[in-house]
Amino acid sequence: MSEKVKVTIDNIEIEVDPGTTILNAARMIGGDIVPPAMCYYSKLKGSGGKCRTCLVKVSQGSAKDPRPMPKLVASCRTTVMDGMVVQNITSPEVIEARKGVVEFLLINHPLDCPVCDQAGECHLQDLSFEHGKDQSRYEFKRRTFEMVDIGDKIKLHMNRCILCYRCVFTADQITDNRVHGILGRGDASEIGTYISKAIDNDFSGNVIDVCPVGALTDKTFRFKNRVWFTKPVNAHCDCEKCSGKVTLWYKGEEVIRVTGRKDQYGELEEFICNTCRFDKKKTSDWTIEGPTKVDRRSVVSSNHYDEKELLPVIDRKIF
Amino acid sequence: MAQKILLKNINVPGINTFEVYRQYGGYAAVEKALKTMSADDVVEEVKKSGLRGRGGAGFPTGMKWSFLAKPEGVPRYLVCNADESEPGTFKDRYLMTHTPHTLIEGMIVSSFALGANTSYIYVRGEMMPQIRILEKAIAEAKNAGFLGKNILGTGYDLEIYVQPGGGAYICGEETALLESLEGKRGNPRIKPPFPAIAGLYGCPTVVNNVESIAAVSWIVNNGGDEYAKIGIGRSTGTKLISASGNINKPGVYEIELGLSVEEFIYSDEYCGGIANGKRLKAVVAGGSSVPILPANLILKLSNGQPRLMSYESLAEGGFATGTMLGSGGFIVMDEDACIVRNTWNFSRFYHHESCGQCSPCREGTGWMEKVLHRIEYGHGKMSDIDLLVDVSKKIEGNTICPLGDAAAWPVASAIRHFRDEFEWHVNNPQAAMDGNYGLANYADPIPVVEEAN
Ligand SMILES: Cc1cc2nc3c(=O)[nH]c(=O)nc-3n(C[C@H](O)[C@H](O)[C@H](O)COP(=O)(O)O)c2cc1C
Ligand code: SF4
Ligand code: SF4
Ligand code: FES
Repeated sequence: MSEKVKVTIDNIEIEVDPGTTILNAARMIGGDIVPPAMCYYSKLKGSGGKCRTCLVKVSQGSAKDPRPMPKLVASCRTTVMDGMVVQNITSPEVIEARKGVVEFLLINHPLDCPVCDQAGECHLQDLSFEHGKDQSRYEFKRRTFEMVDIGDKIKLHMNRCILCYRCVFTADQITDNRVHGILGRGDASEIGTYISKAIDNDFSGNVIDVCPVGALTDKTFRFKNRVWFTKPVNAHCDCEKCSGKVTLWYKGEEVIRVTGRKDQYGELEEFICNTCRFDKKKTSDWTIEGPTKVDRRSVVSSNHYDEKELLPVIDRKIF
Repeated sequence: MAQKILLKNINVPGINTFEVYRQYGGYAAVEKALKTMSADDVVEEVKKSGLRGRGGAGFPTGMKWSFLAKPEGVPRYLVCNADESEPGTFKDRYLMTHTPHTLIEGMIVSSFALGANTSYIYVRGEMMPQIRILEKAIAEAKNAGFLGKNILGTGYDLEIYVQPGGGAYICGEETALLESLEGKRGNPRIKPPFPAIAGLYGCPTVVNNVESIAAVSWIVNNGGDEYAKIGIGRSTGTKLISASGNINKPGVYEIELGLSVEEFIYSDEYCGGIANGKRLKAVVAGGSSVPILPANLILKLSNGQPRLMSYESLAEGGFATGTMLGSGGFIVMDEDACIVRNTWNFSRFYHHESCGQCSPCREGTGWMEKVLHRIEYGHGKMSDIDLLVDVSKKIEGNTICPLGDAAAWPVASAIRHFRDEFEWHVNNPQAAMDGNYGLANYADPIPVVEEAN
């Protein structure tokens, strides 16, 4: 193992392996200084750099070359250098730019949270809560698309998509038969699936879990329900195709949804197969491990288990 | 008469054929480089020449070449960027149409300098005639032994391929171009790595503009020092300028860098002044992406000195009072031009051409276009003007590729210099629909050069 490099993020120092990105270094520190990431996904090669929510300021490039970087950089795609100094929430410029990015992500977003299956576990919802303005300055018609069925198990609500490309990378890298990409360009881009051709591949369902918003949803999520009325439980089964480690979402006694297990940044620990996800909805299919630890920032936790704490809202007085 | 390098023989009948081009001294640079120079010698001459990238960014070509990684056993590529799609820029097309061998000769010499055995010319998809012209020129050169295996018996092999582009402005951005060339969707890559390390198919690659590559032959023939004598300061050599708008003689001109803007617009050798007895209102000096300047600021620097056609002089004053040479797309607007409409038009272009990868550009370009459309069509609000400035600021610098900046600058600069025209549109919606704000007072003091001469 080569020498560690030292990086300072919002005045907190940490030593990390060379090649680590600023974002991952920040995640090692943890807490409020971790930049939000809507498109980066550690398990998907090539992801990141697109949404621009993770922008940070590099006020010192490295010990050798202390010049600051001229522009804000995407922390998910910028590797640390020894002696680098990074500002995230301590930089008004970063906060301002991030507010801009969030506003951009929302101008064409339908904000139909009350009817969206993702509500409560949506990263965009969290982000707009923390950085959003009360009122949109956008006074034009939002772009709209028809809803599309991708096979019989997945629904695409293109209106909600933020074009993070995670599902595209998933289709590319996890499934072996890619029929999923981006068509069109600019704000007319859309997820193309060869006109709703089913992705019949054992791992296609993972696109639902990687989607940071409610654009790709599980059609077998049977009793349309608000996630915060459901209880997540870790369970596993013997599966030939995947690890069989999942989260079961209960309403009362009934399993209404199966997903992969997610870490505190909303990333899947492991991809699961479609059989586990869509076809095993009886408790008897599973060995229960215990309640899923839910990040206290999530509204899912409002119903149970942990004590609820206030969201770490950034002090608005600094700008 | 100023020195001509690229267009010297442009009026010679048949210069588009190998035979005539050769008679006029063509392909001498290939002979000289391959037979008498090493690859590093050529790079050295290009460095000495001070040649800067003519595709827009103005990065020194020799320096770019010296950054090229040279790992053992890995091919290297030269890719010529002939995607030319910047509104107001049409010089590469002109050169390729009328003297294609100038480009092919430059390609051979440059490929040799970089150690590339396969090179590509990525031509904008809409330019089908130019694609055929280049393919014919390549066939002719190959026939004469200047391409293919063992060129002129020197042992150097080179194939050049012409690739029609994907029909998108963004495919002119060098990494999007490489993606497109690889057969993928033309999305710009996230840098680093830069193409010099990992470009086409992951191999070290240099991407250069048509005009940059074409200039290399002359540099090889005459030496880098000779080239550096032309021009002014760090703006060496000649530059092709695509002149358009309401001028008497629109067209492509080869100028020596350092010519005054005033002379370029008003002298008979170049644009020949504003047509129909109108007066100059504004100029977009380097293609649609660069800041627009009102007449007084484009002709003179803030210290009263004349502004020159050079990288430095055009940029003098920074964003407050300067602009950029860019790709040399020189768009002249007279008193009848509506700045609001023009800004909306540019904005519509960037909205249409954004690849949509990153949020600020994807969403912001459409937003700006809609607000500008509303102002132009008489439904604007006073607050829209500051909104535009704010949106443009939130795009600028926060995107993956420079298209975001290119979309933001025209809007920000138009409002900076022509704010009263925007306000007039908001306050006089009907009049703005029927007529024109004209020169009003912001463009003062405009020297009436036609009379002064
Ligand atoms: C949106 C965008 C479009 C571009 N279009 C072109 C183009 O059409 N032709 C070109 O030569 N360079 C274009 N460029 C610049 C290229 O990225 C690159 O800098 C250039 O080809 C390098 O060549 P040079 O160093 O010889 O100028 C474009 C850049 C951007 C950001
Ligand atoms: S559908 Fe979801 S995962 Fe796919 S690009 Fe859109 S937001 Fe990202
Ligand atoms: S700035 Fe615009 S064109 Fe460039 S990568 Fe981002 S969305 Fe695409
Ligand atoms: S998470 Fe870094 S740009 Fe999206």
